[in-house]
Parts: sequence; C-alpha cells; structure tokens
Amino acid sequence: MAERLLEVKNLTTDFHTFRGRVRAVDGISFHLDKGEVLGIVGESGSGKSVANLSILRLIEQPGVVSSDGVLFKGRDLSGLDARSMLKIRGKEISMIFQDPMTSLNPLYTIGSQIEEMLLLHTDLDDKGRKARCAELLAMVGITNPEERLRSYPHQFSGGMRQRVVIAIALAADPCLIIADEPTTALDVTIQAQILRLMERLVSRAGASMILITHDLAVVSRMAHRIAVMYCGRIVETGPKRMVIKSPAHPYTRGLLGSIPRMSADQRRLDPITGMVPSLLDLPSGCAFSPRCPRSQPICERGVPPEIKLDGGRSVCCHFPQLENL
Amino acid sequence: MPSRAETRGPSNPSMLSRIAASEFTRDFLSNPSAVAGAIIIVFALLVVLIGPHVVPQNPYDLKEINLADAYKPPIGFAGSSLKFPLGTDNQGRDILSSLVYGCRISLFIGIVGVLISCVVGTTLGLVSGYYGGKLDSLIMRIADIELSFPSILIALFMMSVFGRGIDKLLIALTAVSWVVYARTVRGDTLGVKAKEYVEAARVIGLPDRIILVRHVLPNVTTSIIVLSTLNVGGFILAEATLSFLGVGVPVTRPSLGLLVKNGFDVLFSGYWWVAVFPGLFIMVLIFGINLLGDFLKDELNPRLK
Amino acid sequence: MANILEVRNLVQHFDLTKGFLDRLRFENGLPKLVHRVAHAVNGISFDIREGEVFSLVGESGCGKSTAARTIIRLLEPKAGTIAYRGLDITKLARKEMIPLRREMQMIFQDPYASLNPRQRVRDIVMEPMLFHRKAKNRKEAAEKSLALLERVGLNPEQALRYPHQFSGGQRQRIGIARALAMEPRFIIADEPVSALDVSIQAQILNMLMDLKEEYQLSFLFIAHDLSVVKHISDSVGVMYLGSIVETGRKENIFRNPRHPYTRLLFSSAPTLDEEERCEPAELKGEIPSSINLPKGCAFCERCPMAVEICAQERPVLKEVEPGHSVSCHCMHGDPA
Repeated sequence: MAERLLEVKNLTTDFHTFRGRVRAVDGISFHLDKGEVLGIVGESGSGKSVANLSILRLIEQPGVVSSDGVLFKGRDLSGLDARSMLKIRGKEISMIFQDPMTSLNPLYTIGSQIEEMLLLHTDLDDKGRKARCAELLAMVGITNPEERLRSYPHQFSGGMRQRVVIAIALAADPCLIIADEPTTALDVTIQAQILRLMERLVSRAGASMILITHDLAVVSRMAHRIAVMYCGRIVETGPKRMVIKSPAHPYTRGLLGSIPRMSADQRRLDPITGMVPSLLDLPSGCAFSPRCPRSQPICERGVPPEIKLDGGRSVCCHFPQLENL
Repeated sequence: MPSRAETRGPSNPSMLSRIAASEFTRDFLSNPSAVAGAIIIVFALLVVLIGPHVVPQNPYDLKEINLADAYKPPIGFAGSSLKFPLGTDNQGRDILSSLVYGCRISLFIGIVGVLISCVVGTTLGLVSGYYGGKLDSLIMRIADIELSFPSILIALFMMSVFGRGIDKLLIALTAVSWVVYARTVRGDTLGVKAKEYVEAARVIGLPDRIILVRHVLPNVTTSIIVLSTLNVGGFILAEATLSFLGVGVPVTRPSLGLLVKNGFDVLFSGYWWVAVFPGLFIMVLIFGINLLGDFLKDELNPRLK
Repeated sequence: MANILEVRNLVQHFDLTKGFLDRLRFENGLPKLVHRVAHAVNGISFDIREGEVFSLVGESGCGKSTAARTIIRLLEPKAGTIAYRGLDITKLARKEMIPLRREMQMIFQDPYASLNPRQRVRDIVMEPMLFHRKAKNRKEAAEKSLALLERVGLNPEQALRYPHQFSGGQRQRIGIARALAMEPRFIIADEPVSALDVSIQAQILNMLMDLKEEYQLSFLFIAHDLSVVKHISDSVGVMYLGSIVETGRKENIFRNPRHPYTRLLFSSAPTLDEEERCEPAELKGEIPSSINLPKGCAFCERCPMAVEICAQERPVLKEVEPGHSVSCHCMHGDPA
C-alpha cells in the first residue's frame, strides 16, 4: 500500500472583491501518494493555481482559505503557525512557477539565489553550500557550473532559467514539488528537454509532484494520475491512461475533442460550445451544464455527487460516459 | 454556425451610469482626502462663479473704495467693521472681496495655462513619440536644455523682457511647462505605438493623423489628466511667485499672489491680515488640488488597463 | 491555380546600435566601435496558392512574425520582393498601398492588445468599412458591422460595449470581424489562437476554416503549435533563425520530415497518443541569437548530423520530391 503523502479535504478558497464573492476553489478533495505524479488539468479560471497556492498558505487578503484538513505527512497544514509553515515551504514542499523570466530576482546572481535556499533549510557550512550549488546546477544540465554560479539571470536564456528554478526547487531535497505550468512559457524543443529533466530528477529523488497545466499532452506524458478541474471543482480523477482513453466527464471529453491530433486527419475539431462562465455568475448546480451536450434538468438543481468508478476513478456527474473515446 | 456567446453584466450602459457604478466612484467616496480635495475645489469654483455677486465690494472699481477705510482689521479685533469681515488693505479695499476677485484671476491663469501647455506639450509629445527620428531628437533636446534651468528663472527672465500682463504670463508659463507634458506623452505614445491595435490601424491603411487622434491620443489621456490636475496648483503657485517678485499680473487686476505681495510689505508693521488671508487661501486651494490629483494618480494607474 | 502571394529572398534586419554612442564599447581598456544587427529574416522564399492556407512554423525568435509584418509592409523590407497577385508591392508608396490594404488584412496574436480599449466594438468593425468605402454611409456601415459581429459568433446587442468587457476568445472574434470588414482576399494570421484556452482555440480554428470556405480566403498562418498547423494547413514552411529549412505540401512534410530541425520539432511536440511518442534526440545547447549568425548553416551547432561543410556554407532549398523542398547539406540525394 503506497504511503499517502498529501491529503486535501474539502478545500475552498473565496475572494471577497467589491463586486461580490468569487469562489475560486469550491470544496475540492484529492490525495497524493509517495512517488506519484498527479496532473491537475484545467483551463483559465479553473482554480488549479489558486488551489495549490492555498495548500501552501500563500493566499493573501482578500482571499480566504478554508478546509476540512490539508494533511501533509499526517500533519494538518491549515492549522500550523507561520513559523512552522516557513520550515515546510522549501524544505518539504517546494514550488516551480510558470514564468522563468520573473521567477528569478534580476539583481542577485544565480548562485546566491540557490544558496539562499540552502541557507534557510540545510546545515551546510559555506564551503558545503557552494559545492552543493555547483552540484545542483550540474544536475539540471548546465555546463561549467562553478562559473555559471556567478552569472545573473539576464545572462541566461528562458530554458536555462527554468533549469535554475528547478535546481532551487530541488535544493533542499523536498518530498513534494508543485510545478505550476513549468513549461508553458518555453519553446517546444526546450519544453521537451525540461519535461524530461523533471521526470528524471523527480523519480531519482523518490519525490512526488503535482503538475499543474492546461496542456493535456504534457500531463499525459508525465503524470500517473490526472485530476480535471472546471470552475473551481474537480470534475474527474483517475489513472492517466483511463482518463485520456475513456474520459467519463463530458468536459474532459470536450477538452480532448478540442485538441488537434498529430496522428488523425480531422476535417473539423469538436469543440465545446459556449464559454467558461464568470466566477461571479456561476450557473446553479453543475457549472458545466449550460455547455454540456448531455445535460438534463437535474443537472441544474444541485452540484452532482461524486461517483466512484472502478480502477480508482471518480467523476462528478449525473450522467458519466463510460465508453471509450 | 457558432453559438451565441453569453452576455455579462448590464447591457450597453450609458457613460454616466458606468461611472457611477464603477470602482472609481467607490474608491473616491471611501477616500477622505480625495473627497476633501474635491470639496475644496468645488468651493473655489463656486467662489469664482457666484462670489462677485455676493461680496460687498468690487475692490478694483475705484468708485467703491474709500481711503478712510484703510487698514481696518478683521472681525473680532478693535476697530473692525461688519462691512469688512476680513479687514481692508492700505487703500481701503475689502480683503474678502479681493480674495474672491483674486481667486478668479488665479484660477483663470491656472486652468487656461494648463490647457494651453497641455495642448502644446501633448501635440509635441505625440509627434515626437510616434515619428521618432530627428524630429524626436530635436524636440527632446530642446526639452532637456529647458529642464536644466530652474523653470521659475526662465519665466522670470521672459516676464522681465515682456513686461507685466496676464497674456504674457500665460505665454511664459506655457513655455516652461510644456516639457513635462511632452516627455510623459512621448513615453506613453511609445508604449501605445507598439500595441497591436495601432498595427491593425496601419494595416487597414489609416493615415497617421487619424491614427494619432483616434487610437493613440485617447489611450494617453490618463497621464494627461493626472498631470493637468497637479499642474493647476503648480501654475497658481508659479504665478503667485512671479507676482510676488513683481513681474506677474498687473497691479490693477491682482491675483492672490499679488495680494500676498501687497500684504507682505506691511506685514511687520502689524497689518498682518492683508497678507495672511490671501496666503492661507492659496495654501488651502493648492492643497485641495494636490489631494485630488494624488487620488487620481493612484486611481488611474495601470490597474485600469 | 494562381499564386496569391509570391515572396522571393525576403530580408529583414534591425539595427540595434543606432548612433555613435551606442556603438562605442570598451574592450581591454581600448575603445572599439561595434555594430550590432539582429538578422531576423535571412532571405526566405515561398508561394501561397489562391484559396489555400500556408503555415509558417517555428519557435520564438525564428523570425516568422517579423516575416509576416514585413510582407504586409508594417516593416519595410531590407531586400527581396513581395508579389501580391502578380503585382510587386515591395516598394509601393503608402498611398498606392491603400487599395491593396483592402485586400490584405491581418489577425493578431494578443487578444488583450489588438483592440483599442477606447473604441466601442461596433466602431472597431465600422472604421475600416467606412475608410475603404465598403458602406455608403454610417447607417449602412453600422448594420453591416452588426451582421458581421453576429457571423463571428457574438451577440449584436453587445456591439456598443468596450473590449475589456469581453473574454479573450470573444476579442479574437472581434479582431476577425475587423479583418473581414473590408472583404479581403488574403489574411495573415499571426498566432491567432496561441493565447487562448484549448476549447476556445478549437472554436476559433473551426470558424476560421468555415470563413475561408465562405469568403474564398487565402491565409498565411503563423504558428508554433504543430498539431494546429497540421489541422488547418495546405502547405507548410518550417523556419529556424530566419531561414526556411523545409517547405512543401502538408502531407509530405508530416509524413516524411527530412530536415533534422523539423524532425526535432516533431519529436519534441507533446502528444496525447502514446503510440506516437518517441524519445526526442538529445539536443545540445540553446537557440542561438540572431545577432551573431553562424557563417554556415544556422542549425549546425545543434545538429546531430553536422559535417564539415555545414559550418562553412549555407545550404539552399532543394527539391527532394514534388511539393517538398529541404535546405540541408546532408539531405541531397539521401533517402529518408
């Protein structure tokens, strides 16, 4: 039985803006086992980034986070004081952000930014830290690491900066890495390199990863399990292969139908009609019902229940589809 | 046939209702200094508009003043009179009435001056930023040279050459204030020029003048508004300074600044009210303008973009 | 079928050091004058047949957007020729370009920057209509604009709103309506769906294809996403650092990519189909800058197949099969 590393129960994040309450995350629950890669997939407005910032308690006013428990290695993160959270962030759970151009401070050298992580979370002495910095840079594939430690971010390209960000994230040997759209801002050939690198490093360290992205193709490569989010709710979870080959939720089906494939020769794509609703004005009941080809009156009456399917899958829908694509 | 996209919010609201319901109004009403500033400005405008009909005297009409009334103190002090609530000056002119008439002159100079320098500076800034090249270099070098002198000195010099007069004053003040408009607008123009909607206008084939007026200018107005609001205060103060130094408005149509100068000469003889009240009035007026200007500066920031 | 666009040896570069002070550098304590030029487009040639979609594909910095802007004369070409329907438009004066501008239009990438935030949506569509006299008066232009907005999937009741009240996908639709307002024949689409969510991308792509059929349009489509390109193109050109390294009919390129860079692109593209997934070649280095172009082939430093001649001489496009040309020293006469 795999060891459960993270368990999120009924997480909700509200933003109280002057135009009303925006519920960015609406009672989501998911878990992550040791050594697993969970892909959280969603388009803009789905709440995927906010959910993970909420886990790390990085949401500020006017945002308010509440949950029935965010258990990391058995401890409830939502109840910890600020000092304990500081010890967890970076050391146990670290984060990789999307934009390599702004994730690094332009005024400090690469070396000092990696070292900062080591200063905060390890007991190494000065020499040990410098050695570890060089080791980390080499690990992420940067040549001449000792020299490059003295460079500044603007002297690096986008792909190299993202490697540095990965090095910083891995510096203190965290057991959970949250990567928020780590390759979206990169060119396709660099993207492939970075994804391979992340895959290799994460499995070598025995760490777990939450990979947040809008790109189903990226997640289909790296993830073991996938959770699909729409308007703040998780609509479907399951092992990667099953979610992609036979998605149960109409939204997942719609997403997959929207993606042009390299293999097939399609005449037309099969997009989802309509638009993502504004979070200020969500439809009653299932948020997807106005756009769903299978919606019935019951879909507007209340949030659909979570139905557990076999194979470790679950879906939030009154009429899940069980056939293959 | 693609499906209809859904509507969001009220449909086609009028400009007024959009402003009323907007975040701008809400922030304004919840900001006490902004409201205070607005109240002061509205008060000053009321003074300008209805003041002359309310106050007892037109101090520049020689028929109405009487030398015998000279140097009467304000109410509450020995020898005062209800007819002159804030006292009189050396010629028997009522201070309160002088404030009202002086305020008109000062605000006139402030607003008209800002308008002119805004138009001149914005035009130069637009042209400079949009076309670039040698024209841009020329305009910016002139601006740089001007900025290396204290502007009040340049105005002082120009006024001593021209002589006194409101029109000459406006010319001199415009000549030194266009620079900040030109530079700011040029910077904004450079940013707007790179936007795709300007490229789209060029791809359509629209001539430059239409692009500048319809596409660039409306998108640089936030900076202009902020600058102008703060500049009104600056203009009033500059004019007051020049008048104080003796080269501003003519003696027959004194502004608040000139009133202060007149009072300054007798300040230490004990007739303090002649200088203090105009001085206080200028201070409160400019303070109000700055409060509102600060609010606009923060509010109109890129948050709206 | 006639060619709606013929581009020959188009060159575009940007002078990064303007003026004396920019060029002055100090090296080892001694002053030196350097001249830095970004060579964005280095002699590209291609044709677009009438009624077809030609896609220019490449990663950032390859020059595809610059090429597009040069073709539509937003930037003045430094060398080469552009022929639109047989007419040489490379050096036409601004006034002479105006009637052609009615026929050649552009759709932009960033839905948040391609519409004037101070213009009402209906006016955005009316403006080109009125300027090119596609409507007799304002009333007719207003009616036609509303009809056009409806055609691209927007509610005409919202026509008096401002762009910020619409979503990204809706703004792209407005941009498309603006481009169509003049009844053009040729549209350059600069990454029109890259900034949109996947499900909206699909809607917009379908709509573009429908519009192409309905209005008999030809497209120059700029993209970096190969699967999108495969979906909509008839012909494809692959660009790397300012040159076209491979070009031809879509079927040929996708079935049989010959240039090492094209192969790298294909194998790097993340794909949903597990059967398709292959390990991309281990790539050395990063994309070099366009400022110091290598002497020979631009891809030589990163190419797994590079030989001596690659560093010395720039390869030229040579046909490897009908409707398929490759620019590579190692491809000549070599089977796939």
